[in-house]
Amino acid sequence: MIPTSELELVEAIKSTSEPVRIVGGGTRQGLGNTVKARESISTSALTGITLLEPAALTLVVRAGTPLADVQKALDLENQQLPFEPMDHRALLGSAGASTIGGVVACNISGPRRISAGACRDSLIGVRFVDGSGNVVKNGGRVMKNVTGYDLVKLMAGSYGTLGVMTELSFKLQPKPAEVATIKIHDVDDVTGVAALSRALGSPNDVTGTALVDGTALIRVEGLPKSVKYRTKALKDIFASQNVSVENDPVKSNGIWAAVGDVSELAGCRGDIWRISVKPTDGPVLVAKLRAAGIDLKVHYDWGGGLIYLRVNDDLNLRDHLAGFAGHATLIRGTGAGAIAMPPQNALVAKLETGLRAKFDPRGILNTGIMG
Amino acid sequence: MQMPIPNAAVLDKKQHIVHRLLTVLPKEAVISDPSQTRAYECDALTAYRCSPMLAVLPSDTEQVSDVLRICFEEGVPVVPRGSGTSLAGGALPTADCVILGVAKLNDVLETDYDNRLIRVQSGRTNLSVSGAVEEDGFFYAPDPSSQLACAIAGNIGMNSGGAHCLKYGVTTNNLLGVTMVMMNGDVVEIGGSHLDAGGLDLLGVICGSEGQLGVVTEATLRILHKPVAARPVLIAFDENEVAGACVADIIKAGVLPVAIEFMDRLCIETSENFAKAGYPDAEALLIVEVEGSEIEIEEQLEKIIAIAERHNPVELRQSNSEEESAKIWLGRKSAFGAIGQISDYMCLDGTIPVSELPFVLRRIGEIGEKFGLRVGNVFHAGDGNMHPLILFDANKPGDLERCEEMGAEILRLCVEVGGCLTGEHGVGVEKRDLMFDQYNAEDIEAQLHVKDVFDPKWLLNAAKVFPLTATETRRNAS
Ligand SMILES: Cc1cc2nc3c(=O)[nH]c(=O)nc-3n(C[C@H](O)[C@H](O)[C@H](O)COP(=O)(O)OP(=O)(O)OC[C@H]3O[C@@H](n4cnc5c(N)ncnc54)[C@H](O)[C@@H]3O)c2cc1C
Repeated sequence: MIPTSELELVEAIKSTSEPVRIVGGGTRQGLGNTVKARESISTSALTGITLLEPAALTLVVRAGTPLADVQKALDLENQQLPFEPMDHRALLGSAGASTIGGVVACNISGPRRISAGACRDSLIGVRFVDGSGNVVKNGGRVMKNVTGYDLVKLMAGSYGTLGVMTELSFKLQPKPAEVATIKIHDVDDVTGVAALSRALGSPNDVTGTALVDGTALIRVEGLPKSVKYRTKALKDIFASQNVSVENDPVKSNGIWAAVGDVSELAGCRGDIWRISVKPTDGPVLVAKLRAAGIDLKVHYDWGGGLIYLRVNDDLNLRDHLAGFAGHATLIRGTGAGAIAMPPQNALVAKLETGLRAKFDPRGILNTGIMG
Repeated sequence: MQMPIPNAAVLDKKQHIVHRLLTVLPKEAVISDPSQTRAYECDALTAYRCSPMLAVLPSDTEQVSDVLRICFEEGVPVVPRGSGTSLAGGALPTADCVILGVAKLNDVLETDYDNRLIRVQSGRTNLSVSGAVEEDGFFYAPDPSSQLACAIAGNIGMNSGGAHCLKYGVTTNNLLGVTMVMMNGDVVEIGGSHLDAGGLDLLGVICGSEGQLGVVTEATLRILHKPVAARPVLIAFDENEVAGACVADIIKAGVLPVAIEFMDRLCIETSENFAKAGYPDAEALLIVEVEGSEIEIEEQLEKIIAIAERHNPVELRQSNSEEESAKIWLGRKSAFGAIGQISDYMCLDGTIPVSELPFVLRRIGEIGEKFGLRVGNVFHAGDGNMHPLILFDANKPGDLERCEEMGAEILRLCVEVGGCLTGEHGVGVEKRDLMFDQYNAEDIEAQLHVKDVFDPKWLLNAAKVFPLTATETRRNAS
C-alpha cells in the first residue's frame, strides 16, 4: 500500500487485518528483528517540506521525504540537521534513498551526537497514525515545549511499532563556517580513548571523537578564528604524541562521513555488531573479547562509547557482555542465531509491551521488530 | 480551580496508613499532624493551597519503594515533591494524598570526569550538582533561575530549562539515566552511563511527566567542562519589532549565542528603579551572551554587533570587565523580583516561533488593554520561550480571576501562532484546563495511554496535566 495522504494512511491501517511492514526508503530495512508480514505500507508518497524557517532554525517535513532532499533544502540556507544521520547503505549492502521518517524511526545519529545530541534531541514535533488508525500529534514546531508528555522522544527510535509517522519537526543548526580534524596517530585502544576523553573533558567544544585504525580523530567546528584557536589548544594538549591536523574542510567532512558510515568495516566479511557502553568501558570490553580469542575489527565513535565490531558469524556477542552496562545490536549477519535487537530487563520489557498494546492493540505494526 | 473530591475511604483510614508507613520509615519521616502537613500545602503557585493528608520524607530508594507499595495496596494517591518551586502547581497536594518528598535524598553517588557524568540522588538541588564538580572545572548545564532551591527531581518532573539552554539544551538533553520507583513499588533502572536506550525511549517520556509515571530517586546527568569565559552585550532598541528582527538576524547569521534575553519597557524601567543597573531608556532591550576564549568571544561579538548596528540600536553596551558583565545581567536577573516589589504578578510561560515575536508582543499589549491589566515581558528570545508577567492586585476582589482569564488568552495566542502553552514550567494544575486548546481528544488519549501503562490505578499526581473531565473515568475506576 502506498497512501498518498495521511487520510489514506488512516484508511489503510483501519482496513487491514494483517500485520504490515512499514517501509520508508528501504535503506535500513536490515535493522531490527525479522518482521513477519505479507503486506507493507510505504511512506514514499507522503513527501514534501511543509515549513522551513531559517530564522527560527525550524524544519517541518513529511515523513516520506528523502533525506537527500531535506539536506539539499537545508544546504541552500546554510543550515543542517544537528545529529548528522549516518548512511547505512554500504554497511548493510542496501540500496534506495533514505527517508527522514526512517531516520527518526531508528533514531539514527552520527558523530555529532556527543555534542548536539541524538536525532531524538533535535526532533521537536511529530504526527503519526497509531495502530488503531488514530491520528496523533505531539510537540510542535518550537524548541521549548513541555506541554503534556513528550511522545516525540518516545516515537524516535520506536521502529514504527507505535505508529506510522507522517510529519516531523526539527530544530536545525547553522552550518559551521570552518571545520578541522586533529589526528593523533599510532594509538592503541586504551590510549586512544583516553585521548578522546581528555578532548571531551576540555573546554574546546569538540563535535566529533572517533578512533579508527589506530588513529584518534577529534573534530572542531565553528567560526574561523575559533576553530584555529581550539585546534591549537588541542594540539598543545597532545603535544607529546604524534599529532597532525586536517585543515581542508572537504577532507575533514570526508573523514567524518566515513566515521559516521563506519566505512572501513563495510566491505569486511562477517557479522557487524553495534554496542553502546560507557566510553571508558569501550577498550576494556574489546580487550576482554580479544583475550577470549575472538577475531575482531573495531571502530569507536562517541568518545569510545559507540563501538562497531566486525566478528565471525559463529558468535553471539551478548554472551560476552556480562558486567558491562549498555546494549548490543546485531546490525548485519546471523550472530549465531542471536536476535538483532537488545533484549530488555523484565520490568522495562513489561512497560514496552504495555505501551505497544496501547498504541497498536492489534499488534500489526512492524510486529516483533524490536523484540 | 476544581480538584477531585477527596476519597473519603482513604481519609477514614489515615491512622491505619500512618501505622503501616511507620513500619518502613523512622518516626520523624512520617508527618501527620495538620500543623506540620501545612508546610506542604502549596508550591510556588501560591494561589492554590491544600494540606495533604500526610507527608513522608524517605531517605533512599528502598524506603521510597516501601512507601509506594503500601500506598498502592491501600489505594492512596501520592504526589511526588522535590523542592516545591513549581510555578504550575505540579506539587500541589490533594486533601487525600501522601506527599512524597525526596528532599532527604541528596547525596552525590558518583562523579566520573572521564565519562563526563555525575550520578546523584534526585533530591539534590540543581546548583549543588554543579557545585559538586565546579572545583574540577565542570558544570551541569541546565540552569533554571530557581537553581539554588529546585531539585533535580523537579527538574526531571518538569523537564526544566534555563538561561543557557539555547546552546546546551534543557533537562531531557542532559539526562542520561534514572532510577525510578513505580507506583507498585517496583524499582526500574532506565538508561545510565551509556548513550541512548536499547529499546523504546522511556527516559524521554519520563522526563517532563510531572510526577505522574513514577518517583525518580536517582539520576545520571551529563556534565561538561566550563567554558573559558562568557561575556554579554546589551543592545537597546526603540521598538519591540526591531529587537525581534535583530534576534532573527542573529540566529540566521549562524552565530549561536548561549543566551538571548529580551526585556520590554515595563521590565526595563521597573528593574532599573529597583536594581540600578544603569539600563538605557528604551522600548526593548536584548542581552546576548557568548562564550569561549578571548579570541572566540571577540569573534562572535564582532558578528553580533555588526548585525545589531544594522538595526540602529539606541544603545549598544559592551562589557570590558567582569563587573560590567555582572551589571548588564543585574537588571535582567532582578526583573522578577523588581516587578514583585511593585505589584502581585502572574508569570506565564508560553513558547512561540521566534518569527512571531513582534506580532505576539503587540497582541499581548492589546490584550492587556482589553483586560485593564499591565503586562511586562522578559524572556528567552532565542528560543521563543516568553514569560509575560501580568500585574494584578491580589487583595482586589476579582482581580486574580481577571488575571487568569487574561493569561489564558495570551497562552491561546501562543498556540494560535504555532507555539505552545508551556515552554519550561509545566502544565500542573495551572494550564491543565487549557490542554484541549493545544491538543485534540486523540492527542490527549495517546498521552493517557502512557499513564495507563506506568500507573494503571491512576494514583500518582493524577489530578494534574490533563483536564479532569478527560481523566475522570480512569481516576474513578481505581
Ligand atoms: C523564582 C523561580 C524561578 C524559576 N525559574 C525557572 C526557570 O528558569 N526555568 C524553569 O524551567 N523553571 C523555573 N522555575 C520553576 C521550577 O523551579 C521548576 O519547575 C523546577 O524544576 C521545580 O523543581 P522542584 O524540585 O521545586 O520540584 P517541585 O515543585 O517539588 O515539583 C515539580 C514537579 O515534579 C514532580 N516531582 C517532584 N519530585 C519528583 C520525583 N522524585 N519523581 C517524579 N516526579 C517528581 C512533582 O510532582 C511536580 O509535578 C522557577 C520557579 C521559581 C519559583
